[in-house]
Amino acid sequence: MSDDSGLPDGVERRTFGGRERLSTRGAQVYGEPVDADGWRAWDAGRSKLGAMLELGMDTGLVGGESVLYLGAASGTTVSHVADFAGPTYAVEFAPRPVRDLVGVAEDRDNLFPLLKDARDPESYAHVVEAGIDCLVMDVATRGQATVAVRNRQFLADDGRLLMAVKARSEDVTADPDDVFDGVVAELDSAYELLETARLDRFHADHLGIVARPK
Amino acid sequence: MTDAWFAGADPDDPESGATRVRTGRAPAPADWPAEAVDAGFAADETDYYAKLRSATLAAASEAVAERERADDVQLAHAVRAMDDAERTANELAERVVEWAGTLYGDVPRGLDGVRDIAARDPKTAAEERVVSYATRAVDLLDERDDLRSFIEERAPTAAPNLAEMAGPVLAARLIALAGGLEPLAKKPSGTVQVLGAEDALFAHLKGRATSPKHGVIFTHEYVRGTRPQDRGSAARAFAGKLSIAARIDHYSGDYRPELHAELADRMETIRARADEGADE
Ligand SMILES: C[S@@+](CC[C@H](N)C(=O)[O-])C[C@H]1O[C@@H](n2cnc3c(N)ncnc32)[C@H](O)[C@@H]1O
Repeated sequence: MSDDSGLPDGVERRTFGGRERLSTRGAQVYGEPVDADGWRAWDAGRSKLGAMLELGMDTGLVGGESVLYLGAASGTTVSHVADFAGPTYAVEFAPRPVRDLVGVAEDRDNLFPLLKDARDPESYAHVVEAGIDCLVMDVATRGQATVAVRNRQFLADDGRLLMAVKARSEDVTADPDDVFDGVVAELDSAYELLETARLDRFHADHLGIVARPK
Repeated sequence: MTDAWFAGADPDDPESGATRVRTGRAPAPADWPAEAVDAGFAADETDYYAKLRSATLAAASEAVAERERADDVQLAHAVRAMDDAERTANELAERVVEWAGTLYGDVPRGLDGVRDIAARDPKTAAEERVVSYATRAVDLLDERDDLRSFIEERAPTAAPNLAEMAGPVLAARLIALAGGLEPLAKKPSGTVQVLGAEDALFAHLKGRATSPKHGVIFTHEYVRGTRPQDRGSAARAFAGKLSIAARIDHYSGDYRPELHAELADRMETIRARADEGADE
């Protein structure tokens, strides 16, 4: 039997092509395999949050929570999030991926696409509600920690920050460990770290972080 | 008065909400679903999220359409206009300098000559005509400079990787030659390498010339600044990375610093051959 403990409601390990994989139930998005019951495989190799769940990090996700997702791109990961979560706000600042994200949102009632810059939270604070349960961040851009700190205001006091840090986005030449140390140190002003893990099995030179607001 | 996106929006018209989603701001978030119900904008929470969904979908679609209209097509037109302005200014300059030479004894050649004439104080009817004509040419040169500034400002958002790699003007030229960022992203790198060399390619196919190794990318320092026997490799490597940059810009819009570092490494390797050669 598969062990779904630690996974939020609405996320299950199911068998696709003879292999156990994470999956959620919803409209297909990126050509991922879908089984007879409408569950679609969640590819951890294409999703940092998927990798964090695969690696057994304690994300605190239970299903049905409100989510603010920064760096939604064309919606690969956020589509799975919207399948198991409650109201899901998806922020992405590049127009082209947002075109696809809109298509993903059209198939879901609880996914709200926002073409906004995550470095400027005031530009969407009139839309995104306060007291968000989970802030997911995958912006892969310089200044990832600053973005996390600036967006803390959306999180409920007992909310969670789930963040993927890409070392090369901060500094191509630096040692990833040094980059991660710098990011963690900067987060310290606003967050208490609960867990960190390298996502290298799925994403080279990425660090997964679980934290809660201070 | 609240900062909420639904403040002042018509509950029955998603478009009015969409405009507020796009242009509104608030210093901090609040419990918008509850406020919306209190304000009578939505009947209950479910109704609120349905309205929020319509408004954000409409806002995102409109914003994307607008931004796309605003970027690659605008860049392509701007760079063609810049070239037109430059070419026309040169043509006018030739006429101005030739004509002015019959009226004044000391006319500098070329575009300097035009600026010089335009600044003069005409004393006869003929001088008045030539000075006025020179002024048109100077206006065109200023227009060319303004177009260049426009391209330099827009290219980094429209195509961040391409603009970083090729420089804003060459990035715009490649986009214009391909007919847009999407068609450029879909071209194989061999085609990118010879974009703008169509005349030369045509001659080659007719058997009149050797195969062209580089199109407009030849103007870049990476190709032009490499010694002739290595230019083919340099152009191939450069075109390969430019294609990848165009694809990333088109499909994700994500800036990838590592891509630029890889190209710099590759170029260094190619140029190192010249140094080795010199030691032989
Ligand atoms: C690695 S991709 C995200 C992939 C996505 N999370 C997924 O798993 O499907 C990073 C994204 O962050 C976006 N991004 C970078 N800086 C941003 C910013 N300041 N505001 C919003 N989005 C940003 C990029 O445009 C890019 O689409």
